[in-house]
Amino acid sequence: MIWNATVPFGAWAVLSGLLFTMGAAGFLVRRDPIVMFMCIELMLNAGNLLFVAAARYLGVVDGQVYVFFVMTVAAAEVAVGLAIIVAIFRRKTTIDVDEMSEMRG
Amino acid sequence: MTWLTFLIVSGIAVIFAGGLIFSRNAVHGAMCLVASFCAIATLFLLLSAEFIFVVQIAVYAGAIMVLFLFVMMLLNVQGQEGALAGRAPGQLLVALALGAALLGQAVWLVARGGEIISRPARIPAGFGSPEDIGTALFTRNLLPFEITSLVLLAAMAGAVVLARKAGLSPKPNGAPAGGKPE
Repeated sequence: MIWNATVPFGAWAVLSGLLFTMGAAGFLVRRDPIVMFMCIELMLNAGNLLFVAAARYLGVVDGQVYVFFVMTVAAAEVAVGLAIIVAIFRRKTTIDVDEMSEMRG
Repeated sequence: MTWLTFLIVSGIAVIFAGGLIFSRNAVHGAMCLVASFCAIATLFLLLSAEFIFVVQIAVYAGAIMVLFLFVMMLLNVQGQEGALAGRAPGQLLVALALGAALLGQAVWLVARGGEIISRPARIPAGFGSPEDIGTALFTRNLLPFEITSLVLLAAMAGAVVLARKAGLSPKPNGAPAGGKPE
């Protein structure tokens, strides 16, 4: 019965690539910076999934430790990024990314 | 860990990730992302990573998404953007081409990736338990762990400085700092 066979590593790689692709496409297509941020989180999760799968299939637990670090840095990044969005909104009362062109050379 | 469980849970994760990309309302997108994170947490559980499962639920689906929803509530901007409303010409095409390239790489990995692709999981007893993680974290990875605390401290200070009203400089056209009065 194929449904009871164990899942090979390749299936996890494909799933991780699919989730990362969806995150990248969403980041490129959407204009709302908050939604773009959430797409970044989706990409980070896809990477975490591949880390954990590799840890399991190689039998080395360090992959899970790296996922822990990635999550910590992601939390810090979200805090700073959302603070930047709030600061920009206070100054310009819009957060449309197409409106932010002051730093263009 | 069978194909049936894997396909059901990963299908939920992918469907809700699509909900994030295609939803017009940012709050609906955040809710879809919470569901997707929970499905990914279940996948971590299937991969015998119990500690990461708990951290994923508590930190990602809990703390980080609450932060997102708080900022959405604070700014109260919604419905200003249609889903997939790209203004640059050919933006959608570029996104689709890049996505197809990434997906092609994944397929290539499976087709030509060599031995690890079809390797069955072989794990020692107690793999992924909090004890196992703690041993790896506080012995082999002690220096990155300490650096992480510095990163968190810097992020906390940076977020406070950025979100503080008095730290804002006035606009170039002479409008007062701080935006709207409260």
